[in-house]
Amino acid sequence: MEQIVHEEHPMESYLRMDRIPHIWCPTCGIGTTVSCFISALKKYEQRSLEKVAIVSGIGCTGRVAGYVKLDSFHTTHGRAIPFATGLKLANPDLKVIVFSGDGDLISIGGNHFIHAARRNMDITVICINNFIYAMTGGQVAPTTPLTALASTSPHGNFEQPFSLPQLAASCGAVYVARWTALHIRRMTNAFLEALNKRGFSFVEIITPCSTLYGRRNRLGTGLDLMKFYYDNSEIQHGADIRSLDIEFQKKIIIGKFIDRERPTFIDSMNTHLKGKYGDKYEWYGEKIPEVPVKAAG
Amino acid sequence: MKADPKGVLTGEHYLDGDYACAEGAMAAGCRFVAGYPITPSTEVVERMALRFPFMGGVFIQMEDEMASMNAILGGAWGGKKTMTVTSGPGFSLMMENLGLGVMMEVPCVLVNVQRGGPSTGLPTMVGQADMMQARWGSHGDYEIIALSPASPQEAFEYTIEAFNLSETYRVPVLLMMDECVGHMTEKVVIPTADKIDLVPRKLTKLPPEKYLPYKTDSSMVPEMIVAGEGYKIHTTGLTHDERGYPVMTPECQEKLVRRLVDKIRKNAEKIIHIEETQIQGADVVVMAYGITSRVAQPAIDRARKEGMKVGQIKLITVWPFPEKRVAELSKKIKAWVVPEINYGQVSLEVERCAGGKARTILVPHGGGWVHDPDNIYKAIKEAVK
Repeated sequence: MEQIVHEEHPMESYLRMDRIPHIWCPTCGIGTTVSCFISALKKYEQRSLEKVAIVSGIGCTGRVAGYVKLDSFHTTHGRAIPFATGLKLANPDLKVIVFSGDGDLISIGGNHFIHAARRNMDITVICINNFIYAMTGGQVAPTTPLTALASTSPHGNFEQPFSLPQLAASCGAVYVARWTALHIRRMTNAFLEALNKRGFSFVEIITPCSTLYGRRNRLGTGLDLMKFYYDNSEIQHGADIRSLDIEFQKKIIIGKFIDRERPTFIDSMNTHLKGKYGDKYEWYGEKIPEVPVKAAG
Repeated sequence: MKADPKGVLTGEHYLDGDYACAEGAMAAGCRFVAGYPITPSTEVVERMALRFPFMGGVFIQMEDEMASMNAILGGAWGGKKTMTVTSGPGFSLMMENLGLGVMMEVPCVLVNVQRGGPSTGLPTMVGQADMMQARWGSHGDYEIIALSPASPQEAFEYTIEAFNLSETYRVPVLLMMDECVGHMTEKVVIPTADKIDLVPRKLTKLPPEKYLPYKTDSSMVPEMIVAGEGYKIHTTGLTHDERGYPVMTPECQEKLVRRLVDKIRKNAEKIIHIEETQIQGADVVVMAYGITSRVAQPAIDRARKEGMKVGQIKLITVWPFPEKRVAELSKKIKAWVVPEINYGQVSLEVERCAGGKARTILVPHGGGWVHDPDNIYKAIKEAVK
């Protein structure tokens, strides 16, 4: 009799298998991005996985927190960052990751995003940018390229979109990178670098939404779109952050744009108060000793 | 569990209600506060920002009230006792994530030092017009706990009670102060730490593989965890099952929301805290809360002096509302007199619970100042007829 072999999926212990299959459409870029994120988590050594928490808001990407087997918090629309801020400040031992879509993070959550970057809150923010509100049916977003069609811009978008890396960098993020959903190895490296960074790290992933953005704009299948983004991207590490605008179906500049050091919110609080009050001030923060950061790769 | 002496400013002090509230929070073990400046509540967080560094607390001034409310939810999951403080417009902004706190069952305290509204209203002047918003402000159906202190001493004590209730029932608890109580300065006696009883968080003792975050026993209140301890829980604002996983069915909705409502409703008699004075044989009972319970006092005294039989109920918990007690007393008395600094909010509850057995006479006030006790006296006089 033939023996049936049950081999464990290499990511099984990182996913809530009792929730699979997930809700994402075929050829959506979120699945690929989550896979890369888990690959990065496997290489992450600063903390045990018990000390890693994930927070998301609402939308397709908002569902990531529901599938990853970490302490995971699925919050309200746009509010993942302030929730993560509270979690991190109350429990500084944690590594807190925010997974968010572009509408969630930059539109309704835009104020939280800029202030967390300004404060250099020690969290990693991963943004899946598919240029559209997907969960609600393909409405225009603050990332939709000019002229692109969306259900609420049926004549083509005429609002100037945000360039997310420029926004993050201008507000003080210490790590800023952008990759596309097919840059598997580089995206994984970026996630690992972001996780190892102290402070506000930000990675934008350009992903296709075949069901709404691709179909409405007649851009072919999700795979066509994924390939298009890959083929039409150009790696420019350290590029001028003012040059990162994305135009409809044009070249996309990708790479690591910012990698710098700044004291985190807790660092600044500790240094300031210790300097001012000496022994009267109780040092607040991480009990985990700092592990030397390995080069990504 | 007793209070940590580090947060307890034992002694006799002259404090305003806002400061006393801050002292209550610190005595209750609150060590994470996120807030956004708004008159007349800001003194609460100002005091905590000043004192926190010396007791291991963290204060962060967030970018807005939505962020503040969310940050205290995250902070509670991170293992701290947490609080935010606001007033009218900020209270409106916090409603979104008050709902998330109810749904995720997060113990935390939200203080509203009420001012005149609607909108920007009277930023520096008193109001009591957010009482129904406290009850129903976030969308969806839920039950909430709200307390109302009438003095700085009570602000201190009931802030501690608010924390204790939030831990007992795993629900955000609202402390509905008003500008007068927030800004009046009186003597506040703070006992020693060993005299302050605190309810510790109900943390699970089960190992991660056996723990389900929303499984409950007959208490209807699930055991909690602290993030980072290996439980790898999932929690969501979506309708969810015992595992915390989203389940989009009417059956799951019924099970979850019914429990969220019942854990307060069925424990209402334990939660309800009211003060009754001279109820026995009364013809009229004056029901009031916050500053208005004190403004009513001269009117009640005068009426009693003139021979009228006037009882008094001061609400400490406004929500859940003492339905049974009101229904019971309504069979015995002629009328309720309800002065409040709005055009009829808690009085509607009194009327509902009285069920036509006793009249309800509202003594309204638009806000900006307290009632003239004469108006309350006139209402009592009318009521005894």
